[in-house]
Amino acid sequence: MKYLALAALLIATPALAEPRNADPFPVISPDGSLYQAFGGHEGLVRITDDLMVNVLADPRTHDFFVAAKRDQIKTGLIQIFCHVMGGGCEYTGKDMTEAHSQLGIREEDFTALVESLQKAMDKNHVPFRAQNRLLAAMAPHHREIVTGPGKG
Amino acid sequence: MKHHLLGALLALSLLAGAPAARAESIFTYASGKLLLTGGVSQVEGAAGGGLTPWAVIGGYETKDQVGANAFYTSVDTQDYRITSQGALLGLYNRVELSCARQDFDTQGVGAALGLGYGYTISQETVGVKVRVIGDAILDQDHWWPQVSIGAQVKHNRNGALVKALGARDDRSTDYYVSATKLYLSRGILLNGTLRATKANQFGILGYGGVDDDNHLQAEGSVAYLVNRHLAIGAEVRTKPDNLAVAKEGAAVDLFAAYALNKHLSLTLAYADLGHIVTRRQSGFYGSLQVGF
Repeated sequence: MKYLALAALLIATPALAEPRNADPFPVISPDGSLYQAFGGHEGLVRITDDLMVNVLADPRTHDFFVAAKRDQIKTGLIQIFCHVMGGGCEYTGKDMTEAHSQLGIREEDFTALVESLQKAMDKNHVPFRAQNRLLAAMAPHHREIVTGPGKG
Repeated sequence: MKHHLLGALLALSLLAGAPAARAESIFTYASGKLLLTGGVSQVEGAAGGGLTPWAVIGGYETKDQVGANAFYTSVDTQDYRITSQGALLGLYNRVELSCARQDFDTQGVGAALGLGYGYTISQETVGVKVRVIGDAILDQDHWWPQVSIGAQVKHNRNGALVKALGARDDRSTDYYVSATKLYLSRGILLNGTLRATKANQFGILGYGGVDDDNHLQAEGSVAYLVNRHLAIGAEVRTKPDNLAVAKEGAAVDLFAAYALNKHLSLTLAYADLGHIVTRRQSGFYGSLQVGF
């Protein structure tokens, strides 16, 4: 009986035993339906193109992107988005924490980026609900990205 | 009155944000939260739904910013007109300071009671809310909600009348804890609030009555995000039933909150405020919020 309780406890608490999920980008739509809602690879290319136009036009994010390797960022974002939405891609870019550690990004900058992404998704006719599923998967990464004043 | 309070709040925010860069954010406008995620203004002035406070800190500020907004709310029921106006200041997405005034116009009931047509009972509320843990919006991978604790210090300006009706006091403080969670992938926001209060009818009819105890009351909200600008939902707020002369019941509403942008939002609702002295009171509720 005691072992049974212990076994049940071990089964029930993997999340506690391992605080960080092994995959930093868990797949939220294994059947790829979300990937299709975004228009597949072509759709993600258009969305990330528009995203880069938007972040450069927004004074809140302009300075972070103007000197950045935007093609590399786009490739990374497409890989991540494709992966989490069940498009079968793998992310081959830098570790998220490492990539953002020196940028001093504040939470309001992160929000501005999200708003630029929302605009890009609107423009490419991604349904609101599908947009929110992707944003919900990305939101927790504020912890690796927001390293500026008042983080945490 | 309102202007003095708003001025005091702004002055306070300047003191709190002593470094120039921070004070500046008041004037350059805090825009660090996503649209509608600061909630709207509840009747006593806290950020929340229309009836009940949420754990969110009002305004669109982040941990590096200061936000502020002001609101005007009006509810017309069968026998009364209730208005509320006030302002709040959100400090670094951690502390919310608010002040509001509620006016309860008794209209014809005032005349019937010999108080005079349109006799108005007023309450002033000063509120403070502190975010304790969690982030209702960003922490989408955590199961736990954002939790805040708060207090609403209330002063009924018609003490003699409310005491004649059986209330024990014209001053009292409500204490509450709110838990709010946005389930972004489903577009659903849930909030639960527990309030310890002596207030009769939000405090419009004073505090305490048959007993002088704090009553633990449950409040809840559910909202569905239709799109980025529009949320629809429902709320319920239970209230003590502590005056011998008049029955009191729970308040409920169905609402639609529309944010044109981060500066302007409009909430329309149909509210059933429960039995208030004469009979059950229901009617349309409109609230305008302006953010800075």
